[in-house]
Amino acid sequence: MSSSGLANSTLYLRRRIANGVFIALSLGAAVFGLIWLTFILYALLKNGIAALSPTLFTEATPPPGSKGGLSNAIVGSVVMSLGAVALGTPIGLFAGTYLAEYARYGRLAFIVRFVNDILLSTPSIITGLFVYELVVAPFHRFSGIAGALALTVIVIPVVVRTTENMLLLVPNGLREAAFALGAPQNFVIKSVTWKAAQAGIVTGVLLAVARILGETAPLLFTALTNNFMSWDVTKPIASLPYVIYQFATGPYEDLHTLAWGGAILVTATVLVLSILARMLEKKQRN
Amino acid sequence: MTDISLSDTSVHLTRAATARKAGGGDSRFRYTALGAALLVLLIFAGVFVSLIAGSTLAFKAFGFGFITSQAWSPTREVFGALGPIYGTLVTSVIAMAIALPVGIGIAIFLTELCPRMLRRPVGIAIELLAGIPSIIYGIWGLFVFAPWFQEHVQTPVINALGDVPVLGTLFGGASYGIGIFTAGLILSIMILPFISAVTRDVLETVPNVLKEASYGLGSTQWEVMKKVAVPFSRVGIVGGAMLALGRALGETMAVTFVIGNAHRIAPSLFAPGTSISATIANEFSEATSDLYVSSLIYLGLVLYAITFIVLVFALLLLRSMERKAGK
Repeated sequence: MSSSGLANSTLYLRRRIANGVFIALSLGAAVFGLIWLTFILYALLKNGIAALSPTLFTEATPPPGSKGGLSNAIVGSVVMSLGAVALGTPIGLFAGTYLAEYARYGRLAFIVRFVNDILLSTPSIITGLFVYELVVAPFHRFSGIAGALALTVIVIPVVVRTTENMLLLVPNGLREAAFALGAPQNFVIKSVTWKAAQAGIVTGVLLAVARILGETAPLLFTALTNNFMSWDVTKPIASLPYVIYQFATGPYEDLHTLAWGGAILVTATVLVLSILARMLEKKQRN
Repeated sequence: MTDISLSDTSVHLTRAATARKAGGGDSRFRYTALGAALLVLLIFAGVFVSLIAGSTLAFKAFGFGFITSQAWSPTREVFGALGPIYGTLVTSVIAMAIALPVGIGIAIFLTELCPRMLRRPVGIAIELLAGIPSIIYGIWGLFVFAPWFQEHVQTPVINALGDVPVLGTLFGGASYGIGIFTAGLILSIMILPFISAVTRDVLETVPNVLKEASYGLGSTQWEVMKKVAVPFSRVGIVGGAMLALGRALGETMAVTFVIGNAHRIAPSLFAPGTSISATIANEFSEATSDLYVSSLIYLGLVLYAITFIVLVFALLLLRSMERKAGK
């Protein structure tokens, strides 16, 4: 009796130790994850704060050794992102609507959903190659349009996914009530389900913008870059990520600082957009 | 009398017109939605077709031998993908080896152990880490992490293991800071939040009654995790891990900055190397000959094929998990 009691208590002790080790390890994992976030944000602030000045927004990228800003890159990023969102949002919205409203359980919907998930995880450099083959190679010309198209290919699956998810949250009672009043389906979708899912759909667009603002790989051989201020989307156009890449991998100290400044701008914008999207999504789900 | 009947018809007519118009708009709307959905399929097919079309020239020149050849000489116009494929696979394996256990640990911490008050902020912080663009990891890796790693890890490790038979080769050579191993480490930090987010979602589908029953029998938290929660969600965790692997395989900027861009496969993990995506990113704009461009697109096709297979497996596993959770 006493020996088995002893065995029991050692067993119990062993289980408690194992549990303690396990809790410590998973706590350690969480700390490990958060430490990197802190390190990266700290490095961004430390190295980029020196570059933050009004000239960052008013002057174009300089040649090595002289002063300048990132205005051309900011303009290029904004123009191409807006173009990509303007083109990708309606396509994604309609495709997501098709999945949620018309063919929810159909075979085609299953395939489209699956393929969309693949597109969502397709390496962005592949997207760049695709648009290079599609637009750049045939016309022998790098352009802002090609860059915007490459980003559009990234926007579409994000919007499709969120639109569908958000439309699925809309209770069927709302649709049935509208149908019972004799409304045709397009009217039900436009005036009832889209309205009800509005915040969620905007979430998808914000997430898409957050995603493409930092994308570099798809722009490398579509939009290329431009050292001068340019609004002409039929010609190569600069973008923040590209300029960061170009300057950071070059040998010049002052351009490194500008690259860090650009990195701060991109990260801050992306983080703000992600937080906004999260808040909107929460609103939608409540 | 006539007046009334007249206005009656006109009212009737307007209504019919409205209804017709609405009905016509209805089918147009439906076809627009269908068209958009088909466009998604078309883009997907277009990617494959364009990569195949673009790589034809290189395929004619090198065939499938491209995949097993280590040669890479733009001046002699001889190209082989083995170096980049090796770099892509090894960096991804290193990234997964680190990120998988840590990511699952974070997910377990968030779902089971974290005090309720901290759960949301910690979860959000981890997800923000997932939102940081890869170029930021790249610039941070190049200027901050690589020099630190070179001084505080590589050099001591090389000195300590220099004469040990196998490890000395794997972790030997000169310490550059940048290289395959550094790229793998940066990748692991990048996919870490992704793995923990997916795993957390999967762990949350474990029914509470199962866990409560196990606690009721006197299990510790570790035992509930090991014997109930993880077995229940195993398929989903594997699916999430493969999704993360797909991301690691194709990641470009975080790797390009720190991998070193060397096509020769070196025995040491600390040595510079290259990956498929880094090769394309670094060399595409310098590629002057058609065969060079075509070889780079062939590389892209190889990458797309690898990630496609991984993603299909990942999605099928996650789908079967969703069905199990009754979604």
